[in-house]
Amino acid sequence: SEEAVKAAKVLMVGAGGIGCELLKTLALSGFSDIHVIDLDTIEVSNLNRQFLFRKSHVGQSKAHVARDAILKFRPNINIESHHANVKDAQFNVDFFKQFNVVLNGLDNLDARRHVNRLCLAAEVPLVESGTTGFLGQVTVHVKGKTECYECQPKPIPKSYPVCTITSTPSKFVHCIVWAKELLFAKLFGDKNQDNDLNVHSKDGSSSKLDVFERDVDEDLDQYAQRIYDHVFGYNIEVALENEETWKNRRRPNPVYIRDTLPEAVKQNGSSWDCSNDHEEPSAMASLGLTNPQEIWTLAENSRVLLEAFKLFFEKREKEIGNLVFDKDDQLAVEFVTAAANIRAHSFGIPLHSLFEAKGVAGNIVHAVATTNAIIAGLIVIEAIKVLQDDYKNYRMTYCLEHPTKKLLLMPVEPFEPNPSCYVCSEVFCTV
Amino acid sequence: MGGGGGGGAEEEELTAQETALYDRQIRVWGVDAQKRLSKAHVLVCGVNGTTIEFCKNIVLAGVGSLSLMDDHIVTEDDLNSNFLIPHDESVYGGKSRAEVCCESLKDFNPMVRVAVAKGDPSLIDGTFIDRFDIIVLSRASLKTKLFINDNCRKRSKHIAFYSVDCKDSCGEIFVDLQNHSYLQKKPGGEPEQQELKYPSLQEAISVPWKDLSKKTTKLYYAMRVLESYESSEGRDPGETSLSDLPAVLALRKDMCDRMSLDESRIPTSLLERLLAAGKKEHPPVCAILGGILGQEVIKSISCKGDPIKNFFYYDAADGKGAMEDIPPTPED
Repeated sequence: SEEAVKAAKVLMVGAGGIGCELLKTLALSGFSDIHVIDLDTIEVSNLNRQFLFRKSHVGQSKAHVARDAILKFRPNINIESHHANVKDAQFNVDFFKQFNVVLNGLDNLDARRHVNRLCLAAEVPLVESGTTGFLGQVTVHVKGKTECYECQPKPIPKSYPVCTITSTPSKFVHCIVWAKELLFAKLFGDKNQDNDLNVHSKDGSSSKLDVFERDVDEDLDQYAQRIYDHVFGYNIEVALENEETWKNRRRPNPVYIRDTLPEAVKQNGSSWDCSNDHEEPSAMASLGLTNPQEIWTLAENSRVLLEAFKLFFEKREKEIGNLVFDKDDQLAVEFVTAAANIRAHSFGIPLHSLFEAKGVAGNIVHAVATTNAIIAGLIVIEAIKVLQDDYKNYRMTYCLEHPTKKLLLMPVEPFEPNPSCYVCSEVFCTV
Repeated sequence: MGGGGGGGAEEEELTAQETALYDRQIRVWGVDAQKRLSKAHVLVCGVNGTTIEFCKNIVLAGVGSLSLMDDHIVTEDDLNSNFLIPHDESVYGGKSRAEVCCESLKDFNPMVRVAVAKGDPSLIDGTFIDRFDIIVLSRASLKTKLFINDNCRKRSKHIAFYSVDCKDSCGEIFVDLQNHSYLQKKPGGEPEQQELKYPSLQEAISVPWKDLSKKTTKLYYAMRVLESYESSEGRDPGETSLSDLPAVLALRKDMCDRMSLDESRIPTSLLERLLAAGKKEHPPVCAILGGILGQEVIKSISCKGDPIKNFFYYDAADGKGAMEDIPPTPED
């Protein structure tokens, strides 16, 4: 098997959590011809597990930095790194054909499907993998011998009915989606985008078509409070008018600034501390809230919302109209957390901390180094079997958090290809 | 309180730096566990492919400190199997494995104190080990393992003991947490406090084989035979080869007769593999064992999650990663 390994040409897709561990283990195991593709750049939150990267590398290409790190302890192997999207045209069937095996360390279904199809077309075996927290799995896909990645349907990412988001939230995630995709988008995002928020004002006397528009010379405090009352107060009262909706549901409570922050109403035009112009503006910092794990009160959430709102207009005015929610944008996360919490309060849904809200809003996958290391080891073991055509011993391996029949690592024989798989079945033409 | 953590969680918050760096893992085990990790002190005796994987994992996880004990000077073999040793003679020349690996590990997480502990594991005394909450031993003789495990159990302070050995493409982990109290997640309910009582290493390897379940992993027996052979022949761990097979098979017969176990339960092929393995470690298996061990130590320090009790075996030949409870806990 040593010769098979030395002669092998391997493609790794992904140089992140699994990728760093995998590249290291491949190099130690004698692999000497490796291509790596990754479109991402390095972030601070990667450093708890993507150990080939350092703080000084933040912002740089994962593929390139990973390659450089490996060459330090294996200077004589060949690694070609591509800072690119595996879906780019350059990575076509001919590109894939040059490899003996493809190893995936991806984090999304879309790319996985793409690679699966290319591997089938190029007739190159694929070793797939994934991890979340303490759970992980490694699967082997060889055309004609085993299931392809898509033979068994994969769960699609969860999406929610529009009315649940706009009118009848029952879970915190519904409030987050509302805060992110409706309120945040309406106030700070592309004005030309469709948005389901009710834009009509209370008394129709306003000449404005859109109540979210700031009046000429409108005081920022006043603007913020007006929006607050509109979305958390007025819009809820309008929704309550529809009796049918609430026949079997808990009725939401409208929330107004005069009730949650009575002192704010009197504080128009107050100035705030603009001393720290260099630091990233943060409502939490302004208000002296230091613990992202703390669950704020309704009053604190309201203060954060108003403060974040004002900071966007005060410090980041140029971005307004172009902003897209980004989980690494502290002010955006603060805004969305506060807005979601106030809405949650209205609907009797438990409030959450900024830390928790960020996880939901950013679809953050929790991750640790150990699971990735275990999975990387399992990937290389399967890869070596593939190189030797040892198909009787291919295994799908599941890394469990709680043992089943005393097993923490459970190997299962791969299934045969699904004859009605629309991707790999021989009945259909692969283009 | 049980568990290998350095004291209970305190009121001080994690720093902004810690929160940012540890975000993804805090989402797995929580802030409290992260705080306990930052106060834990770990000693690793024996730097090899498996223990460096373990060290990488716990340094990234953010333990309080890690001390490495291994005075062997870096060799050509080390260069080929260790990702913590750069191919730069000005860096590794004339230095011990512990020294070179410590320097590299510091880079992985500047918030962890990584230091060299000079000395020989077979000679360390009780007061020395009192500095630690967790001790990990690898490629140590049975005598040394028993010595240190015994010392851990004698101290008034709670010290968790682990040994890990990788024999080419298979390996064994042993865990002794003495009395361990931890929070167990209940599906759909409140977490419950659990208490576990671990046997010492001496107890765990002295169990009469006839008392063990027929399904017991064969590696358990095979490792005991190898251990016994190395002990009686005065060999360093892994200082074996296939030429030792006839003597080992005779030993197998002897031990099986004494313990009333059928010899077929310890396949010749398995003993061959272990003898031929010598000191070799297959890197993917190092990653697996180092990963499992890392998880175990994190669970122990944080007092969260069911720890392995008390052996873990991985064998690439069948792909299974299995736990064994030896001696078996009597059913309630």
